[in-house]
Amino acid sequence: MAQIELNGQQLEVQDNQMLIQVADAAGVYIPRFCYHEKLSVSANCRMCLVEVEGAPKPLPACATPVTDGMKVKTRSAIARDAQQGTMEFLLINHPLDCPICDQGGECPLQDQAVSYGKDNSRYHEEKRAVSSPDIGPLVATAMTRCIHCTRCVRFGEELAGIMEMGAAGRGDHTSIGTYLGETIESELSGNMIDLCPVGALTSKPSRFSARSWELLSHNSIAPHDCLGSNLKVQTLRNKVIRVLSSENERINECWLSDRDRFSFEAISGNDRLMTPMVREQGRWRSVDWHGALEFAVEGLRRVIAKQGAESIGALISASSTLEEAYLCQKLIRGLGSHNVDHRLQQQDFRDDQLDQPPPGLGRSIASLESVKAALLVGSNIRKEQPLLGLRLRKAVLGGAEVASISALDYAFNFSLRFNQMDAPSAMPKKLAEVAAAVAKAKGVAVPEPVEQLLDSNGISGEADEIAEMLLKGGQDGAVILGFGALSHPRAATLKMLAHWISELTGASFGLLDRGNSAGATLAGSLPLHQQSESNPAGLNAKEMVREKLAGYLLFGVEPELDSLEQSAAQEAMVKADFVISINPYSSAGREYADVILPSAAFTETSGTHLNCEHQLQSFEGAVEPPGDARPGWKILRVMANMLDIDGFDFISSEEVLEEVKAGDRGTTGAQLPDWELIAGDKPRVIQDQRLESVNEISPYRLDSTLRRAESLQITRDNQLSKVSMSSPEMERLGIEENRAVVISGIGGRVSLPIISDQRVPAGCIHIPLATEEGQVLGGSSFVTLEID
Amino acid sequence: MLSSESLAKIDLEIGNYPAEHKEAAVMAALRIVQEEQGWLSGETIRDIATYLEIPPIRAYEVATFYSMYELEETGRHRIEVCTNISCMLRGSDGVVSHIEERLGIKVGETTADGRYTLREVECLGACVGAPMMQVGNGYYEKLTTESIDAILDGLE
Ligand code: SF4
Ligand code: FES
Ligand code: FES
Repeated sequence: MAQIELNGQQLEVQDNQMLIQVADAAGVYIPRFCYHEKLSVSANCRMCLVEVEGAPKPLPACATPVTDGMKVKTRSAIARDAQQGTMEFLLINHPLDCPICDQGGECPLQDQAVSYGKDNSRYHEEKRAVSSPDIGPLVATAMTRCIHCTRCVRFGEELAGIMEMGAAGRGDHTSIGTYLGETIESELSGNMIDLCPVGALTSKPSRFSARSWELLSHNSIAPHDCLGSNLKVQTLRNKVIRVLSSENERINECWLSDRDRFSFEAISGNDRLMTPMVREQGRWRSVDWHGALEFAVEGLRRVIAKQGAESIGALISASSTLEEAYLCQKLIRGLGSHNVDHRLQQQDFRDDQLDQPPPGLGRSIASLESVKAALLVGSNIRKEQPLLGLRLRKAVLGGAEVASISALDYAFNFSLRFNQMDAPSAMPKKLAEVAAAVAKAKGVAVPEPVEQLLDSNGISGEADEIAEMLLKGGQDGAVILGFGALSHPRAATLKMLAHWISELTGASFGLLDRGNSAGATLAGSLPLHQQSESNPAGLNAKEMVREKLAGYLLFGVEPELDSLEQSAAQEAMVKADFVISINPYSSAGREYADVILPSAAFTETSGTHLNCEHQLQSFEGAVEPPGDARPGWKILRVMANMLDIDGFDFISSEEVLEEVKAGDRGTTGAQLPDWELIAGDKPRVIQDQRLESVNEISPYRLDSTLRRAESLQITRDNQLSKVSMSSPEMERLGIEENRAVVISGIGGRVSLPIISDQRVPAGCIHIPLATEEGQVLGGSSFVTLEID
Repeated sequence: MLSSESLAKIDLEIGNYPAEHKEAAVMAALRIVQEEQGWLSGETIRDIATYLEIPPIRAYEVATFYSMYELEETGRHRIEVCTNISCMLRGSDGVVSHIEERLGIKVGETTADGRYTLREVECLGACVGAPMMQVGNGYYEKLTTESIDAILDGLE
């Protein structure tokens, strides 16, 4: 503890703090540009100069540690003079283009120039001009405005983990930019816009569309990953202009992923459906809500009369709100069907009968920062859950060790101690080895089904080391499963092994699923929810598209892209007698739906998300839905009323939430692991002649909204979604780069160019899902190649 | 592509620093490669960065910070005339204009045959021999029209 005097006020403060931190805590504002509480101190802008008694000249508050007895004046003549001097120098080369600058009105430089600047300039010479590189579709640059605070540089280096921006040159020739004008790749690049204290880095998608003081700000929750990042949705005349992060230390701190920041483009874009549409004799016609709902209800009744209620199924988007998912499943169950699911990209449902809690991290989000050991199973945490990736990266920088068992060599922004990359079919074996190694070390018997997964070589040395790492980590360990595990043909096996490992080692067990999957699970959008005599099991997402039902209710999904079985889903939709599509976009479902009901997008409806910490976060709509579009929960409520289903008298989404909470029985029944369920698993069989496909989905193609967010679509991250193989494999098969080959799978045959990608293991091919190319897979794990 | 000779020299430099601080050799590496290739292209800087396991922008920051790293192709002989105060008082203007005339180029330009690049530089710390110039790694002092001609004639 140290005793200091700040502007005459006596303060008792912690040692090792910088003056600026102490002043901030005491509510004394010191001007600053380069200092940011989440970044390292660089002390290069000199705006924070203050007077410290005894020091020969003013000292930078951001880089001066407090010492006992220090007397600091932040507004004395000496301090003011130093601050004004700095300001005058900063403004020498800064352009006077505030009227056309997007930062105008929320610009620290502008504000501080008013408080600390002179009313006119003594500088009459020529100003510096710097060219502005194009660094990609998300961040606009105007580098003449840059004041070289290096916040953007430090963000890349310290947090995003890839140093993409840098300061070239020296003195007044310094210029901030990327290497030779390359585009930015980081999944967190939008944060540099928030950090930049001037208008040098601004949001490209929002550019020139509003002045900051005209905007209304609404709190909301991000829908695309399992964090539920807190948002500020900013609107002008009922249009979303931009999305910013809203600080929440527990969840997203002050950051936001590019995905959550820029997906609003689809919502404000022009592919929005304005009126309900029905198809009669093959022609689309806009109708009013009453007409459309009657048409929908009649269609459902016709199907039920002819083929029974069990011939109807509902597929629900994992980005839906909890309320929407709840009402959707309630409606389907009210009709007498139990076919309802939101897990369109899962193919192994063997563990469905276990009563599992909603997917989650298994520990608090913030605590991921301080784990000592982590085992990632099929998880590209960096791209799938960018802000959790950031937390794990911090842990690694603090000395944590990470092992990854996956089918793609993900480009993590932290180092891996063990990287066990192999074909997908080898993953269960690799994980079983770790499980067996842990069991061996703990002196626990290895169950028969686990034993069976091992081959004659037994446990590898590396598996032993991973086990040792996890045992050492103990409760500070984390086991995390990602998309590569959840979409795996043996997902249940992976889950059980991982769960068992976490039980034996004391590590947390995390399943990181997309969007609001946890909320949808809590809402019962599962075929086996609270099963009983009166509530038998229905079909899961995979069975629903395979069995070609007569009627489908699609809530926010485009099964031909969202389902793992893209081609089967496409066929099922086309063949069905009656398809209702409830979604915000005009182009969704045109090919096969019979009625399309325009629903509100995520900023337009009230609702709730359940995040990976199992925290319920409710939000209000920020804008009215466009045209005749209506919030999803209202559409479902009216539809259920028209179908004479009981229990749909909600007058607000809060009432729906109350009902969900009241009905939640928690998890009671059997839990993971249940070895019986995977008893049949065999060790890997290598199939000659066929290539194994590796499941991956671009972070920007996860749902209908993202697929329509134009700027995200043209980022480098999204460009990677091409069919690819490792170069040794291509050489072995005699395929040159970019050569078109015929790929055949269950989903058909296509001719596609192949590029090389070092991330893909031998014997495998990477075909991105949720794309047209992905159709060829048809949900199978194998394809064959023909080279003509 | 970095030549094996350059890589061997870079390895020697890397050896001067703790193993986990390969990047400390960045200045030496840039110099070594420039000596061999004459200048540092974007690709070359990337190769050096890759070899030292640092982001390319990191190496680029260093390369652009110091003026003695050449980021553009120059003539085979770089003639750098000091025009700072001492040399100026001792007639560096005449040195510059004589060379300009003789080579038919202006300061900052390169001759069409790619042999010479002429530049002005600030004080090279040889004021005692002003006026002076640097050609390649050599200092030439107390310049006169005749000595300049002799020096230039001596360059291949
Ligand atoms: S671009 Fe912005 S954040 Fe980056 S150095 Fe310049 S002023 Fe700072
Ligand atoms: S804020 Fe202290 S020097 Fe920039
Ligand atoms: S002024 Fe020319 S060498 Fe010093």
